[in-house]
Amino acid sequence: MFQGRIDRATATNDTITRPMRIVEKAQLMSAEEIDRTLQRLAHEIVEKSGGTKHLALVGIVRRGVPLAERIAQAMRGIDGVDVPVGILDITLYRDDLSKVAPQAVLRSSDIPFGVDNMDLVLVDDVLYTGRTIRAAMNGIFDLGRPKRVRLCVLIDRGHREMPIEAQYIGRQVQTSDTEIIEVRLREIDKEERVMRVDRVE
Amino acid sequence: MKVFGTLLESPVGKLTYRFRDLLALEPLTADELGFLLDQSKPFQEIQKHPLKKLATLRGKTVALAFFENSTRTRISFGTAAARLGADTMNLQAEASSIKKGETLLDTAFNLNAMKPDCLVMRHSASGAADYVARHLDIPVVNAGDGTHEHPSQGLLDALTIRDRLGTIENLNVTILGDLLHSRVARSNIHLLGKFGCRFTLCGPSIWVPRELEKIAPGVPIRCVYKMEEALEDAHVVLMLRVQTERLDDPPLSANDYILLYQLNAERLKRAHRDAIVLHPGPINRGIEITPEVADGGQSCVLEQVTNGVAVRMAILYLVIAGASEGGAHPALEANPSRSEESGHKKTKESANAGD
Repeated sequence: MFQGRIDRATATNDTITRPMRIVEKAQLMSAEEIDRTLQRLAHEIVEKSGGTKHLALVGIVRRGVPLAERIAQAMRGIDGVDVPVGILDITLYRDDLSKVAPQAVLRSSDIPFGVDNMDLVLVDDVLYTGRTIRAAMNGIFDLGRPKRVRLCVLIDRGHREMPIEAQYIGRQVQTSDTEIIEVRLREIDKEERVMRVDRVE
Repeated sequence: MKVFGTLLESPVGKLTYRFRDLLALEPLTADELGFLLDQSKPFQEIQKHPLKKLATLRGKTVALAFFENSTRTRISFGTAAARLGADTMNLQAEASSIKKGETLLDTAFNLNAMKPDCLVMRHSASGAADYVARHLDIPVVNAGDGTHEHPSQGLLDALTIRDRLGTIENLNVTILGDLLHSRVARSNIHLLGKFGCRFTLCGPSIWVPRELEKIAPGVPIRCVYKMEEALEDAHVVLMLRVQTERLDDPPLSANDYILLYQLNAERLKRAHRDAIVLHPGPINRGIEITPEVADGGQSCVLEQVTNGVAVRMAILYLVIAGASEGGAHPALEANPSRSEESGHKKTKESANAGD
């Protein structure tokens, strides 16, 4: 039993900043390449969906959101296909609460359509272990029962830890598991490109 | 490490705060309070889901120790814990060993020996939660301590106001009733006061001592004894429960109270046209508030209850997730990696948080 007096303030809060630095090893995609890839993905999704009546995109916070919006925009250029876009924050559905949660700022999910019987395409920037997608599916199924769920990612970097694969892939990249794939999008990062990076202490 | 290419500047993440305990709102800054309110928003959405249960705190246990009677707050915290997937253990004053003479600290140590991950407690003594927190190694959440504070109520009130009026800044807030004994009023003043709100306190003079004007230095607070004057231009009317058992304490009968201080539709007209009415409950219909006002369009009473679950989910989530890492931030020290948000993630599965 802990009987000692704990030395702590009435309400302690520590501010966490981000002093991390990274070093670029190679650029994988330029802004134009990202744009062209999203155009292609939009075409692929429309072609292979067998009708777009129940089609909807769900962008995973954060960088999946602008990607989903841009794919939807591209779809509008394809015979005026207009699909709804939702936003999903998966923080609360992660399986690594103690490692991530205290630092993760929760963001609002916003899925402005009923997911029952919908044909959903999850959109994210990088597919890695598959754990985020596992969490995203849990989040989606709390909202209802979609007819089908598929996955679209800009980069598939391998190293899966879950039986999860993407149906629509912008580019497959071989990586070592110490490397990081850094996706920068103008909506969030004020620049646009995909890099292979290493971290420096 | 071999370094290729040029050093890049990492995008700066949003600041996050860690709360070891939540004992009072008074010591928190406007930024910290705003953070708590923002973090409640995702949980508000979950209240609308057909499936409201998350697995976020699965395997965690929340001890609910209510040394003073409470229905609403206890059920609200219990529901919040359940919706996060946590288990609860319940201690209720009437059925507990406190009746048999055990000290508060002994009871707390015994509860802690059952290894909960968080202790939510209410006690009739001001400062009780703070006292227990100084002796326990788990997070403590104050669910009301004497006449001191009721932080989760203050937060849920602010959230309700922000939802209805779009802001909690620079509002005229009128608080009516037994200010002297109200921890709800104190938490509200300490929270909203940091956002530039101005307060008018009103009630029978024995319940509204002038000293209250000084409880939050820098916050404009005035005591007014005429209700019509107090309501003038109010954006928010915060009712406090009239503890009918206290009505005979000051020489004021229920009838006199109704005559002088009941909030009715006629009096409410003196407030701002879009003013909202809050009440922490339970309501004494026909005493401090008329059914017409309590059920009217300006009343937010039931929204407060719904928001209460969201706010308490956010609190439990933040303190338990924060504590499960221990005192330091190991993720910060050991091998920090790229994260997509403000976090530092050291493990493989989170190196690409957006994967």
